[in-house]
Amino acid sequence: MREKEYRSVSAARGGLLFMRGVPGVALGDRVQVRDQRNRRRDGQVIRTSHEVVLIQVFEGTEGLDPERTWVRFLDRPFEVMLSPALLGRIFNGIGQPRDGRPPVIAALQRNVSGAPVNPAVRAYPREFIQTGISTIDGLNSLVRGQKLPIFSGSGLPHNRLIAQIVRQAKLPAEEQSRFAVVFAALGISHDDARFFRESFETSGVLQNVVMFINLADDPPIERLILPRTALTVAEYLAFDLDHHVLVVLSDMTHYAEALREVATAKGDVPARKGYPGYLYSDLAEIYERAGRIKGRRGSITMVPVVSMPSDDITHPIPDLTGYITEGQIVLSRELHNQGIYPPVTIPPSLSRLMKDGIGKDYTREDHPRVASQLYASYARALDVRNLASIIGAEELTEHDRRSLAFAEAFEQRFVNQGEEEDRAILETLSLAWELLSRLPPEALSRVTEADLARFHRGPSAVDEAP
Amino acid sequence: MGETLDINGPIVTVRLPGVMNGEQVRIGALGLVGEVIGREGDRAIVQVYESTESLRPGEKVEALGHPLTVELGPGLLGQIFDGVQRPLRGLVEQGGDYIARGLSLPPLDRDKAWRFVPSSDLTPGMTLAAGTVLGTVQENPTLSHHILVPPDVEGELIDLVGAGDYTLEQMIARVRDRTGMPRELRLYHRWPVRVPRPYRRRDPAGEPLLTGQRVLDTFFPLLKGGKAAVPGPFGVGKTMVQQQIARWSNVHVVIYVGCGERGNELVDILETFPKLTDPYSGRSLMERTLLVANTSNMPVVAREASIYVGVTLAEYFRDQGYDVVVVADSTSRWAEALREVAGRLGQMPVEEGYPAYLASRLAAFYERAGRVETLAGTTGSITLIGAVSPPGGDFSEPVTSHTKDIIQTFWALSKELADARHYPAVGWADSFSAYVGAAASWWAEHVDPAWAERRAAALGLLTEADELAHIVNLVGPEALSPEQRWVLESASLIREGVLQQSALDPVDSFSSPEKQFVLLDLILEIHDQGRKLITLGLPVQQLLGLPLLGRAQRLKGTYGSDQVPSLRDFVQEIRAAFEPFYRDYGRGEGEPTPRAAPGGSFRRGKRE
Repeated sequence: MREKEYRSVSAARGGLLFMRGVPGVALGDRVQVRDQRNRRRDGQVIRTSHEVVLIQVFEGTEGLDPERTWVRFLDRPFEVMLSPALLGRIFNGIGQPRDGRPPVIAALQRNVSGAPVNPAVRAYPREFIQTGISTIDGLNSLVRGQKLPIFSGSGLPHNRLIAQIVRQAKLPAEEQSRFAVVFAALGISHDDARFFRESFETSGVLQNVVMFINLADDPPIERLILPRTALTVAEYLAFDLDHHVLVVLSDMTHYAEALREVATAKGDVPARKGYPGYLYSDLAEIYERAGRIKGRRGSITMVPVVSMPSDDITHPIPDLTGYITEGQIVLSRELHNQGIYPPVTIPPSLSRLMKDGIGKDYTREDHPRVASQLYASYARALDVRNLASIIGAEELTEHDRRSLAFAEAFEQRFVNQGEEEDRAILETLSLAWELLSRLPPEALSRVTEADLARFHRGPSAVDEAP
Repeated sequence: MGETLDINGPIVTVRLPGVMNGEQVRIGALGLVGEVIGREGDRAIVQVYESTESLRPGEKVEALGHPLTVELGPGLLGQIFDGVQRPLRGLVEQGGDYIARGLSLPPLDRDKAWRFVPSSDLTPGMTLAAGTVLGTVQENPTLSHHILVPPDVEGELIDLVGAGDYTLEQMIARVRDRTGMPRELRLYHRWPVRVPRPYRRRDPAGEPLLTGQRVLDTFFPLLKGGKAAVPGPFGVGKTMVQQQIARWSNVHVVIYVGCGERGNELVDILETFPKLTDPYSGRSLMERTLLVANTSNMPVVAREASIYVGVTLAEYFRDQGYDVVVVADSTSRWAEALREVAGRLGQMPVEEGYPAYLASRLAAFYERAGRVETLAGTTGSITLIGAVSPPGGDFSEPVTSHTKDIIQTFWALSKELADARHYPAVGWADSFSAYVGAAASWWAEHVDPAWAERRAAALGLLTEADELAHIVNLVGPEALSPEQRWVLESASLIREGVLQQSALDPVDSFSSPEKQFVLLDLILEIHDQGRKLITLGLPVQQLLGLPLLGRAQRLKGTYGSDQVPSLRDFVQEIRAAFEPFYRDYGRGEGEPTPRAAPGGSFRRGKRE
């Protein structure tokens, strides 16, 4: 470690320090910055040459006097201490305690940047995780090792949904003791942070949670390193200690905004909406750290929250996220305003890994076809609803009226469920058939004749339906 | 020997006099490999294939004297390589679960001995042209590997070894080249990835690439040697379409380039392909497949290289006289890698941050597709299929719009179809194929002369139904005439019964050309019969309630490609369902009887 401090800051702006005349500094190294009032800040080298070194300061460069700023180069990358004692603790983005307890000291330290998993050793995610939420389990199943984001909007109950998933996520009994949560809060409010803490406490998982918190009023640049710190810990818990780790990142939109802030200060060429061209690769470095590895018992399942600016799913952040993650759960303001919880809107929601995690070996043989049928019938019903809003419900055919009633029941009974209501997958499937039975068998082309014979409740059920 | 000056992400400026543009360099204590992309005085700009974290100014840099090349020889198939052809399975043995930096491994196994059988018609003293087949190695039961004289070598054959087991480094032949120098030839050679391999001449494509997917083969066909793009927003099934093509295409070799996409998708291929059977050879699909993987979290510069690595490997198999399909998922990520490098170099952005040379680079890449007469005089082809991931699903963005100008078949994936779980979500309104005419003669000759007419009829119904759907959305279905309501119903039958095809249904995942045609023909037969009855006065409601319609929708999953005769027999059920109506409403004047006699053949070509 170099003990020498340099005082050659030539400029400080937008969270960046420009230094002159510090030769031979390595890219990505950690630095400590001491300002005129002797306050310490942490930074990282993001560009280096003999003449100029560029440093990104996680606490920002507010109030720094370049003339009286000292920088010490630690000659090593950002690392996080790894030990089982991390469980139950709360840290900031660079791994310093936020819970008033002493720092974790451990022999094992790892670079937070991580390295890409070799695709040849990945194991394909297959094991169904029951969340007890019908719209997820039934129609967009989550599997161990998947990355499945929640696309939300301001004011929508994504935090309540996440908390419910964390409370209810079930592993087979013999694995339940190896369940851990890594919670990465990026720019969330004090209220939300407290809500999560209390929710973890009441459900008794708190001692298995590691929290990394950057609140809305904390320095935004710290958000760039926080997910990396959190995921390095998650990888340790999953692949060194055999835990099944659920990683919650809330909210990735705040991460991307911080990235844009620094990119703009650096003068990077903007691609869309001012976000740098490397936003995709940068997000992928984070999301792709989810998964399973052959020969290791643990897994990393990731549920990031992405709030869509102005509810726009084509905004670069949700858009690029959707290209990287294995599906998405989309929340809708319309359903929320109708009082439906969780307001999961079915047509744009998707789980790409569902096909391999459900069916005979995991849930029930008819599950894939039931899911497909629910989608198709609901999509058709939404068309009818559109039509009805133009020509009036009286003008509809008998068949269309049935379809409309199906949509109503589907939203009220299948989508809608209590925040404490934990539905087993068989319950969800049986509810699905109850609703499908309101439609005549010939309208159900995605299920087989055998399914119909076994599960459709017959013409009487069709006739009873309004 | 030079030194690093400036490190800016994957772009490193070095002082290295005399290095050439495109030359490979090795940098620093870790030995990171990169490629020179610009020169200025004694300085060179290098793009590095690996993360440059911990690199310092002042570290040593060494020029390697050659551009980025690939190794071409036996042992390629069934492998998974990274973007610069490092064998990923080998890297696991060296570096563990994560890809450590600075590892270098030869792409092909040096220890394995291959059974080489020399060509019997070669004798010492003969003059060998580039591309001459020296002999063969049965790489695996599916593919016989032709060992060629490399494209840059020709001359007098000095000697050729006899049949026997040889490792890659052993000499198998010597050729005296033009300068009189003897050149030793081995089972493998190298070729620079950015230089297209030579061939004698282009041979206009003539035969369709059959993917077993009805919406692709029947509606928007692609020819062997052709170029296609699959654009679509996220979640519409791009990868699924690409994987289905990789699974079922009637080609000898499939090269799947995972360019900036998900790691799990490649794992899916690695785990499922060995268990799947190639419908043409009856062997495991993995024996004809090779993967080039640069997943989204792997270094961005190697992503730029990966599609060139993929297409050069394809050219190598093409030169042996094979049909190759290259699936690149996704070309947008490649373009973004280009943009990222351009941005770091401070090049002027033109559209959405992309550099001005985006269009020309894209075009040059796609032009490496084609059906050619090889140097050896055989015919080989490369069919290029690129996925495009337009931001926000906007097809007017630069990568999609430039790609659209280059390719001939455009399979536009639609968000609306995907939201209704209509897969493959290829939209018939935006997709196109410039190969319909060429494909029609093949279908007419091999399947049925009525193919072009039936295809056009089906597309016409779909288009008409889309227009009618607009009216229905404005004023409701009651405003439509009975004929129009029947068109809506028939179009829905085509959508459900023909276009939709589940990749997960073992019966229907692959559909033979015969099955594709018969299915379409049967469903159009229902439409034709119904239309006739409506003109005879039958109320359309009676038709809409027919259980036959539900049965017709399920045909695709009931009869596999090996049960086409039974599928043809369904025409009798159609007849039986309509017969009572004809009794009540007559046959009309001068109307022909339904064209298939009971139990007879249903091939339109044999009608009358």
